[in-house]
Amino acid sequence: MLLELRDLHVNYGNVEALHGINLTVNEGEIVTILGANGAGKSTTLNSICGLVKASKGEILLDGKPIHTVPAHNIVKLGISQSPEGRRVFSTLTVEENMELGAFTLSDKEKIARNKEWIYDLFPRLLERRGQLAGTLSGGEQQMLAIGRALMSNPRLLLLDEPSLGLAPILVKSIFDTIRKINKRGLTVILVEQNARAALKLADRGYVMEVGNIVLADDADTLLSNPDIQSAYLGGKGH
Amino acid sequence: MEEFFQQLTNGLAVGGIYALIALGYTMVYGVLKLINFAHGDLFTIGAFLGLTLLTSLGLTDSIGPVAGLLVLAVMVVILVGVVGFLLERIAYRPLRSSPRLSAVVSALGASIFFQNAIMLIWGARPLVYPHGLLPNVTVNVFGAELPLIRILMFVISVLLMCGLYYLTHKTRIGTAIRAAAIDQGAAKLMGIDVNRVISLVFMIGPALGGAAGVMVGLYYGQINFTMGWLYGLKAFTAAILGGIGNIPGAMLGGLLLGVVESLGAAYISIAWKDAISFLVLILILIVRPTGLLGERVADKV
Repeated sequence: MLLELRDLHVNYGNVEALHGINLTVNEGEIVTILGANGAGKSTTLNSICGLVKASKGEILLDGKPIHTVPAHNIVKLGISQSPEGRRVFSTLTVEENMELGAFTLSDKEKIARNKEWIYDLFPRLLERRGQLAGTLSGGEQQMLAIGRALMSNPRLLLLDEPSLGLAPILVKSIFDTIRKINKRGLTVILVEQNARAALKLADRGYVMEVGNIVLADDADTLLSNPDIQSAYLGGKGH
Repeated sequence: MEEFFQQLTNGLAVGGIYALIALGYTMVYGVLKLINFAHGDLFTIGAFLGLTLLTSLGLTDSIGPVAGLLVLAVMVVILVGVVGFLLERIAYRPLRSSPRLSAVVSALGASIFFQNAIMLIWGARPLVYPHGLLPNVTVNVFGAELPLIRILMFVISVLLMCGLYYLTHKTRIGTAIRAAAIDQGAAKLMGIDVNRVISLVFMIGPALGGAAGVMVGLYYGQINFTMGWLYGLKAFTAAILGGIGNIPGAMLGGLLLGVVESLGAAYISIAWKDAISFLVLILILIVRPTGLLGERVADKV
């Protein structure tokens, strides 16, 4: 088991956002977390990255607790996130954004190799490498956010709503890319509103509602679950 | 023409000082969205430390005026950098998650503290830098006789600014500083230790201000414990003029303000010198509140 969340509680001030969730991720898997806005999906990812702190419970990576590690040291442990809303550094160039993704690496050759691989994955970024990230289209910014997260050579990639606001054709291309990087051995946690696409891609899925995990199963089983179909897949499946 | 050129170069020399101080305001604002009101006083501390080291170490006698002043400037830069570091640790970091106003009040408090500390240590009367440290010669530039110190001041300011530009735009740590100024959370996700970046900014900004303090002491000869107020305000104007948070903007704003002020003093009235600067501030706030280079890149959704 690569990652384990045990009875994880997170508070924002006096409000508890996560009420003790349990979640596991095995090496090489794609695990998706589904749920409505405000269910706690992004909070879950941000607590793994150390951006928000657990008030109770544990986060274990390879069985070792990481929930007390400061956010900037999480990357070195091999966890990297493409955050909700992309959050690319808009007044820096595409290339500078990519370089920052490799901030924790010091081996210049390795950085160059990673860059080459990622530009290969997203040729559009190569075309626009000298451009300011804020001038990119939404789809390109999403590619940059994912590419930037890959620059640190993560073992575990957290993707928060990579399809948000993108045209269907771009969504398909982004999801194909996620499959491709997963095939290279990268473990992925995918938070998505686009539940059907996410479940088709994922091995397993968790469903969250107001800070709790209410369902956990294989992706295929979830896809054919009538409750899931009516709540997240827009009525009956086909 | 000669008069114009004299005023222009004087404006550039003074503008270089404004620019160096403005960089401190703009860098701190960039990462913390806070106006460090104590920054002008760090500039004053630089001027006073410079004078004390100058008179107590006698470096200009033992290793020559130019080398002596350089070593002295480096020492001041380091010392003021340390003061800036401590300022952030003591006055700002504990308030990082408090409402913005608390940090502003803390900044004003720090400014009052520094002014009074300087007065207690060095006294309330103006102090005078020793005369004749640099050979009192003029250099012929395009037919105009310019004082050597004015040229040196401008050249050193520009060199320091080039150094800072290189640091912030061409190095990893500099890119990290700019990234933390844009989005601290995203910067943390890159593995950047944002607290260290903030500490670094609070050392670099005051260090440049300290260097400016020494140069002002050498240029005008006289320093006093309240001088940071007016210089700080002018430099703040320069930072707004260039676009607060924007590093090249602070450089441009400083030089521009120096020149406008100097020409205004010469051709309108010397009595209006400060009024002209603040008229510039008011105009820029009305006409172009984002400053000359402070244009925002639209975030696409």
